Amino acid sequence: MTDQSLSTRVKVERSMARRRRAETRFRLYGMASILFGLLCLVVLFGNILSKGLSAFEQTVLTTDIYLDKDFLGLSRQSPESELLNGDYEGLIKEYLKESMQPSGRSERRDLYSMVSVGAHWQLQQLVVNNPNLLGDTVTVELIMDDEIDQWLKHDHEKGRHGRLSEKQTEWAQQWLDEGRLKTRFNVSFFTNGDSREPELAGVHGAIMGTFLTLLVTFALSFPIGVAAAIYLEEFAPKNRITEIVEININNLAAVPSITFGLLGLAIFINIFGVARSTPLIGGLVLTLMTLPTIIISGRAAIKAVPPSIREAALGLGASRMQVVFHHVLPLALPGMLTGTIIGMAQALGETAPLLMIGMIAFVVDVPGFINDPATVLPVQIFLWSDSPEQAFTERTSGAIIVLLAFLVVMNTAAVMLRRRLERRW
Amino acid sequence: MSIIENHKTDGQPFSENPKLKARDVRVFYGEKQAIFDVSLDIGANEVIALIGPSGCGKSTFLRCLNRMNDTIDICRIEGEILLDDENIYAPKMDVVPLRARVGMVFQKPNPFPKSIYDNVAYGPRIHGLVHHRDELDEVVEKSLQRAGLWNEVKDRLHAPGTGLSGGQQQRLCIARTIAVDPEVILMDEPCSALDPIATAKIEELIDELRENYTIAIVTHSMQQAARVSQRTAYFHLGQLIEVNPTDLVFTTPEHTLTEAYITGRFG
Repeated sequence: MTDQSLSTRVKVERSMARRRRAETRFRLYGMASILFGLLCLVVLFGNILSKGLSAFEQTVLTTDIYLDKDFLGLSRQSPESELLNGDYEGLIKEYLKESMQPSGRSERRDLYSMVSVGAHWQLQQLVVNNPNLLGDTVTVELIMDDEIDQWLKHDHEKGRHGRLSEKQTEWAQQWLDEGRLKTRFNVSFFTNGDSREPELAGVHGAIMGTFLTLLVTFALSFPIGVAAAIYLEEFAPKNRITEIVEININNLAAVPSITFGLLGLAIFINIFGVARSTPLIGGLVLTLMTLPTIIISGRAAIKAVPPSIREAALGLGASRMQVVFHHVLPLALPGMLTGTIIGMAQALGETAPLLMIGMIAFVVDVPGFINDPATVLPVQIFLWSDSPEQAFTERTSGAIIVLLAFLVVMNTAAVMLRRRLERRW
Repeated sequence: MSIIENHKTDGQPFSENPKLKARDVRVFYGEKQAIFDVSLDIGANEVIALIGPSGCGKSTFLRCLNRMNDTIDICRIEGEILLDDENIYAPKMDVVPLRARVGMVFQKPNPFPKSIYDNVAYGPRIHGLVHHRDELDEVVEKSLQRAGLWNEVKDRLHAPGTGLSGGQQQRLCIARTIAVDPEVILMDEPCSALDPIATAKIEELIDELRENYTIAIVTHSMQQAARVSQRTAYFHLGQLIEVNPTDLVFTTPEHTLTEAYITGRFG
């Protein structure tokens, strides 16, 4: 008897060593996978940040410029329509010509091209806002062209010309030595819509487009998804038809997103005549895409509510609807929100279906409402990544940073909301 | 001791002053028959104990009495159950008011994840039994007092009901049930998750509740059946074998199966 128990103990001891090794190994695998994931994340963020952060700065030239009334043909009493039409571009050219003394046509052209076409809008804005400045000398930070911008950010420290000519480099170096050429925070990146000129292109339009599109998506998919989940889980009879519906909802979750774009094009645009390229149509299409996610997670959340709570309420004489709205829904809501967050995050990053419904259009104006032409951040990133100018490369990364920030803000808000809803007992 | 075909219940299944009458009740789960032709009266203001080995159908039968089995899709019920001579399985019968008249206390305490106050107030609220906050306060206090919980919780009515001990939770569930002022209370092994002290409190409570309510209690404890009930019904494999006054069942059972069960030869 004693021998027997002793030998069992010895056997257990021996197997323990093997089990402990297996456990240690398993823990190491787990740690390795997490480390790998973190590493990927660090590489990704490092890469995007290193490329994109410079997009938040813009090269400007500090300039004392005389607002010549005669040259502009304006007076302080001129109406706004005239103030808008002054030849500010000519004024800047005149100023550049006098201060830098270019010789010959091609040098002049090179010189003029160093200042952004947006610079004369700066002057125009200045004058329109305050006509009394006419006849005075004002100090403005003129936006420089993207080539100068890129030279200052990336090339000049390495002594390269970049895409500038010898003469342009010389002038730029001269301004730099005078301390007039510098970078400052790129406000217009956040206040402008898209533009063909990289130094004027901004994400404001895309952010508003994304916001409005997601608003439509959420407003449609959350109530529809929650209602569908509740109906399927609590009220639908368990028969063949419900089963088919269930299977197809699961299938729908796996349908490639571009298919939803085609569906939106064929049905919403061609049959119902919804205007293309608007947050409304974008939201409709993304709703189709998000619904299965919300329904599936919503059903899982409802299933997780303990049946004893339902029985308790039913036993007291609550109707099925009262059971759902007084007991099941409050307990399932945090779980439903989790699914909604995942669905909305997917919708936020979606590009393919939006291409089909015209949201790839070049939209300069910032959309104000859901029926204005708009684009969204991922499509904006796609558009910029396709542009040849070097400055668009950093703007692409800059827009990615904005998109990620949008995602983080959205998810944080949702998580906080969920925390508030979660019951602590 | 195999199943007896078409067994006729021994003893006194019928009552002189019945509150609930079950006649030839047959319950099927899909193809499987769980209850065979059970006819039984539950008298007004009596406590009837339903005993029997696990799986004998006593809980199923109990859940038929307020149509809780409706929630199970594959469950089918034949025969009739009359509450004050009204068939609760009649097509025009609405289960919502029925369950307000026939309340239920479950095996596991299942308070709502709400405050103690809201747990008790829920029934009166949904049925519109009270119109003012004061009335509701009164109902809550009265129900908690009758459930013997008032003194323990009066200072923390707005604390979560799930934070109470198991026995307190079960008494909270009883308070919640009597707050609706039902006519019948069904109890499905209400003490199986409780310790002896909590059990004793609940049993005492059942004895007091008998004055106002009709109570049917399913229990696995024969001592409990002996302590709280006036009549005892013995179920075996879906059949009602014997119904007799409790003292008779535990002293001189009529049927050999009943005798075998109460003497502990099986079950």
